Amino acid sequence: MDLALIPNGVQRCSLKRFVPWMVLWIALISWGLVSAFLCFFKGLNQTNMNHYFAFGLWIVFDLSIIALGAGAFFTGFLTHIIGEVFIYPFRDNLKAVVNAAVVIGFICYSSAIAMLGVDVGQPLRAWFIFWHANVHSMLTEVSFCITAYLGVLTIEYLPLVFSNRKLREIPEIDIFGNNLHHIIALFAAVGTFLSFFHQGSLGGMFGVLFGRPFAFREGFLIWPWTFFLFIHSSIAAGPSFTLLCVWIAQKVTGKELITRDVFNLLAKISGWLLATYIVLKIVDTIAWAYGVVPRAGMSFMDFYQGSYGIWLIIAEIGIFGIIPAIILITPKFRERNDLLIIGALMNVIGIVLDRFVFSIQTLSIPVMPFDKFMSYFPSWQEWGIAIGAIGYGILLFSLSYRYLPLFPQEAEMNPVQVLGRAVTDSGVIKRS
Amino acid sequence: MKKEENSKGNRYGMVIDLDKCTGCGLCTVACASENNISVLYDESDKTRNIAWLQIYTITNGKDFPDTEVVYIPRPCMQCDNPPCVSVCPPTATRKDPNTGIISQIYSRCVGCRYCMAACPYHARSFNWFDPSFPEGMDRYLSPEVSPRMRGVVEKCTFCHHRLMRARSKAYAEGRRELKEDEYIPACAEACPTQAISFGDLNNPEHQVSQLIKSPHAFRLLERLGTEPKVYYLSAKNWVRRMADNYLAGELS
Repeated sequence: MDLALIPNGVQRCSLKRFVPWMVLWIALISWGLVSAFLCFFKGLNQTNMNHYFAFGLWIVFDLSIIALGAGAFFTGFLTHIIGEVFIYPFRDNLKAVVNAAVVIGFICYSSAIAMLGVDVGQPLRAWFIFWHANVHSMLTEVSFCITAYLGVLTIEYLPLVFSNRKLREIPEIDIFGNNLHHIIALFAAVGTFLSFFHQGSLGGMFGVLFGRPFAFREGFLIWPWTFFLFIHSSIAAGPSFTLLCVWIAQKVTGKELITRDVFNLLAKISGWLLATYIVLKIVDTIAWAYGVVPRAGMSFMDFYQGSYGIWLIIAEIGIFGIIPAIILITPKFRERNDLLIIGALMNVIGIVLDRFVFSIQTLSIPVMPFDKFMSYFPSWQEWGIAIGAIGYGILLFSLSYRYLPLFPQEAEMNPVQVLGRAVTDSGVIKRS
Repeated sequence: MKKEENSKGNRYGMVIDLDKCTGCGLCTVACASENNISVLYDESDKTRNIAWLQIYTITNGKDFPDTEVVYIPRPCMQCDNPPCVSVCPPTATRKDPNTGIISQIYSRCVGCRYCMAACPYHARSFNWFDPSFPEGMDRYLSPEVSPRMRGVVEKCTFCHHRLMRARSKAYAEGRRELKEDEYIPACAEACPTQAISFGDLNNPEHQVSQLIKSPHAFRLLERLGTEPKVYYLSAKNWVRRMADNYLAGELS
């Protein structure tokens, strides 16, 4: 029924199989929409946030998916900027995955902005952040950059959408898409600039909180060290998340979508960035423990109480930091499929833990000596919106995969068999 | 961020004598009624109720008969170096350079709650619910203070409307300077033991500027560098130590 929309030279499952797959994710989106409606209609009392936990699951989720979506800008940066100018193998290998990275980035950023729209108490006033902008606020910088970057991602996504078989039949769209494609390096550069700043300012958001010794960091000029660490960790986790998404897509479709050396390259980039990040993170933690902490009159263990105990730092830096770094930088480990996926997954979990620690643990620790330690668990409405965002992501990725040429190597790696002969992307039949 | 100095202007501050405070709570009642603070259906939920002035109870941890209990009323600290102001994205909170008072513009607040995360004193409250007042109480709402809507952050303003009222009266009388007792917040006025003093910390003739020189004067979490303009007095050493964090072996 939708055969005319499916790219040339590739095979897709029948619509009968695809529709139930979509229904599952639409159900999750519906849960999210019901939750969002309740939050808009009844207010944020539908959540389990309170005066102590001014930030909750949504902020953890936002910080995490924005970090994981960094694969988009970083892959674009390596492909279109570094690859064109300095290291050609980057360009050739990463072109196989850059489309998927853009779609993943678009999903991450659009869902993050949608969640922030529910998270603020007065969503209709969200534009005040731009109108009455406080240039000293890290959150202002975040708001400007993620909004602008979503625009850039949309522009990067458009040539892909316009390369749909049916849309290309419209000459105006075909020409527009081609022209956009030619200047994509410019948008990759703008995206890189914007992304570096907002990944950093997300870290800066917590690092500037001098009233919260757990999060507060010294730094360079106006930027606390968390500014730089958040950039570093996001570009370490982004390629791993892209790798994981492609691997999951391969498992679900039962096809090879990119060559093994592209997986290797992503893992290598991710691994070395993670390794250097973990070293800097350890240095930062030690400097904080011997600087900020005693100056605030507190001891290291004051910050690890109740359910947010010392296990968190061991898990974040040790288990989900050092171990995946070793796996991903060691050629013989990352060449094994199982270890490659475990390494990438652990890298992603480590970065999510880092974002959780900065947003939730920071707020759980009493600063006044006579105040008490608090813990928090999200309500079903909070889970609903977070899980709805996952549903939206899988749905959009599935639609993009089905109708757009997401993986340039797919047609070559999976030739369509017609009467024992392979049909290439251009429609030419090769002898098999 | 460039620090807005107000060394030449007024610098309103408060001194609370904890040795006089009985924990009666009248200051919180006066504050709530003066500032149209809405009432939750379940006011026992202290993590979500609106409290511009909250009273903490602390003890010396000793058994009877050595037990001592002290109450710490905690309004907004009106910090000279406020952690909340620089973080607010739509500039909905600001330090007045002429008075040192931290304002909150309710109609501009987007409800992101970043200021609440920044404040270590928990002096800010978010309206998780629509504002509501028990039947009959709505007739006692003050016309001088705007009630806050759901989804915005609110906080103690040192009864800023009282400052405006006092200024209007002084200007009408041809004066530019306010007398010491012309502007005091509702909590200070209501305190039956006169534990709360209020005035201009920059004016050496005001009682507060003399009280803060006492060896018993201290502020909450001074080490963080927020520079609160709310001071406390207590002759009890353990109370003064309880106001900040100290490493084992450190002297207060």
